[in-house]
Amino acid sequence: MRGPFKRARDGRYKVMLGAAEREVLATLPDQLRGVLADPGDKALARLFPAAITDDPVGDAEFTMRTQGDLTDGRLAGIETFERTMTADKLTEDELLAWLRTLNDLRLVLGVRLDITEDTNFSVGAEDPRLPGYELYRFLTWLVDSAVEALPV
Amino acid sequence: MRAHTTETMPAPVEADLPSEDADIEADIPWIVLVWNDPVNLMSYVTWVFQKLFGYPREKATRLMLDVHQKGKAVVSNGSRSEAERDVARLHAYGLWATMQKDR
Repeated sequence: MRGPFKRARDGRYKVMLGAAEREVLATLPDQLRGVLADPGDKALARLFPAAITDDPVGDAEFTMRTQGDLTDGRLAGIETFERTMTADKLTEDELLAWLRTLNDLRLVLGVRLDITEDTNFSVGAEDPRLPGYELYRFLTWLVDSAVEALPV
Repeated sequence: MRAHTTETMPAPVEADLPSEDADIEADIPWIVLVWNDPVNLMSYVTWVFQKLFGYPREKATRLMLDVHQKGKAVVSNGSRSEAERDVARLHAYGLWATMQKDR
């Protein structure tokens, strides 16, 4: 299936998403903000992995020096994503904020759904994992398309 | 996933080596590693390596494949503060990056 993001002639990026898809997107910012605000959330540890695994003191210093700015960057990205959620066109910076936010959400869902290399997403319609898997695959589609559209 | 990071260092051959002082420590370069994870897309990881380090597509792809197939790759190196900056930038993009002394 073709991705929703496409570079337009004016240098901005077309967003070809329908109302139903944008309704799903609208539920996501608060979920990610919730993770960032909850030190006990397992998914938070995935967003901020240990940097120096053989030196706990050095790692704590790294966290102290970096976590504030990294959190602020993530919150700013979520805000941009939320503000431009109904837009038909995005600037490069806005699409970059979408990409980083959507990828963070994939990581969070990966923890929630216990995704491994061997996860089989083909489950039955009655399977309780289906809604989560569908959201995960929707995010995969969006991330892949944004990566393809954006310059490096 | 943390099991990937418990590499052991070989024991020193001679027992009576002098302990390293701070000056020697400061000269030891650091390496930045990215570890395989089951979520980040191959296309995304390649794109991040190009974007953050300015690597050509071929080099970024080779590093991504090392991460994917061998479980990890060294993506940059430098002083401790340079390594910290790179790890923080990789964490900002959701990659599972660590740093360690290169010895």
